[in-house]
Amino acid sequence: MISVRKLIKRFGLKTVLRGLDFEVEQGEFVALLGPNGAGKTTFLRILASLSRPSMGGVKIAGYRLPDQAAAVRRRLGVVSHQPLLYGDLTAEENLKFYGRMYSINTLDARVKEVLDLVGLTARRRDLVRTFSRGMQQRLAIGRAVLHDPDVMLFDEPHTGLDQDASAMLDTVLREVAARGRTVVMTSHDLARAADLASRFDVISRGVIGASVRRDEIDPNDLLAFYRGALQES
Amino acid sequence: MSIDQQSTPYPGESTSGRLGSFMRAMFAVVWKDLSAELRSRELISAMLVFALLVILIFNFALDLDPASRREPTITAGVLWVIFVFAGTLGLNRSMAVEKDRGCMDGLLLAPVDRSAIYFGKVIGNLVFMLMVEIIVLPIYSLLYNVNLFNPGLLLVILLGSIGYVAVGTLLAAMAVQARTRDILLPILLFPVVLPVILAAVKASTGFLDGSEMEMILPWLNLLIVYDIIFSAVAFMVFDYVVEE
Repeated sequence: MISVRKLIKRFGLKTVLRGLDFEVEQGEFVALLGPNGAGKTTFLRILASLSRPSMGGVKIAGYRLPDQAAAVRRRLGVVSHQPLLYGDLTAEENLKFYGRMYSINTLDARVKEVLDLVGLTARRRDLVRTFSRGMQQRLAIGRAVLHDPDVMLFDEPHTGLDQDASAMLDTVLREVAARGRTVVMTSHDLARAADLASRFDVISRGVIGASVRRDEIDPNDLLAFYRGALQES
Repeated sequence: MSIDQQSTPYPGESTSGRLGSFMRAMFAVVWKDLSAELRSRELISAMLVFALLVILIFNFALDLDPASRREPTITAGVLWVIFVFAGTLGLNRSMAVEKDRGCMDGLLLAPVDRSAIYFGKVIGNLVFMLMVEIIVLPIYSLLYNVNLFNPGLLLVILLGSIGYVAVGTLLAAMAVQARTRDILLPILLFPVVLPVILAAVKASTGFLDGSEMEMILPWLNLLIVYDIIFSAVAFMVFDYVVEE
């Protein structure tokens, strides 16, 4: 579903990604772990077609980036630590706006379905600026799944959420994954990643330093695996 | 965009063509901007208060006698200074709203031609600017005792506003990436938009002092050509301007 070969990203003289290789099969839930500045967000922005690679190849669902970016974007849902929502519109209006951007015909029915999925039907007519951070993040997930994408990218979605909101977000994330979507999520939170993902990749100094599947590792050993990967890179 | 047409539609996706999705996305952006502004009234009220203050400042600063106040050159000059300054305020704010909450990324993630986003923002900004102009004109008429309800002048204001907003929206999308966006936009915009201001002031003066149409026509033509050229340039480069 996602294939990345020798990906290099430079910002001026600074090289952030240094020949990164990455493969994800359909239906996998990959947690991308790594310290600050490792290149996680840069990598995710390239996958999301928001940033151009300096060199290397990126293919998502068989389409190349950046040449076939529009086709890739149609198959992508992106959730970042910012909700990408308009505070002066209601929850329903935000979803309808994004639905129009994705040319969804049966928009009213789809918006209703998505509001049910993220548990915000009762607050659908409230302005988003009145929502808590947790509710905004749930609506952000609703925005991202509105067009039923094959691939979901989550960039540290738990940032700034309290325990309850994080637990609720986890439930929604599990539902998203259970529907067979391919998920890539960056995170600092190893325990949460261990709970959700089917594969753990450690990104360090702009490359994938190590990768392990959930069935190959005891979740209690994930911290040791992570530290070992950082030391080796 | 040919890829868009070849790819399999997702559930509930409209099967209308490229133009259909372009228009739908463009008007979605317009609807979104107008709805948000109707609720917050931040942009319009800031532009309007600023415009009214500029009218008052000019009134006192120029200290004109009643006859000079009705001079077409002064009227056209003051009016366009008001429109340009108030417009800059609106352009800055319109793009800052997208950037500050990360909504620009949300727009750029949509599988539409990115120029649809640009034209949507242009139409929204133009509506805001025209609303301010509609309110400013009668107030100016009243304070300066000059009749501004001249169809020719209104046409010039429309054409000038289109040119100003077309360039301004593109440059605001560039400037918003910088930390110094508030001061960067006027520095980038005013030199580029100078032909529009010059042509608009000259054409406005012509209509106000009742000049022959052949004297005004070159300025009107300049405005029309500028509008077309800069809309076309923005259509071609907007994708590169907003990409990281």
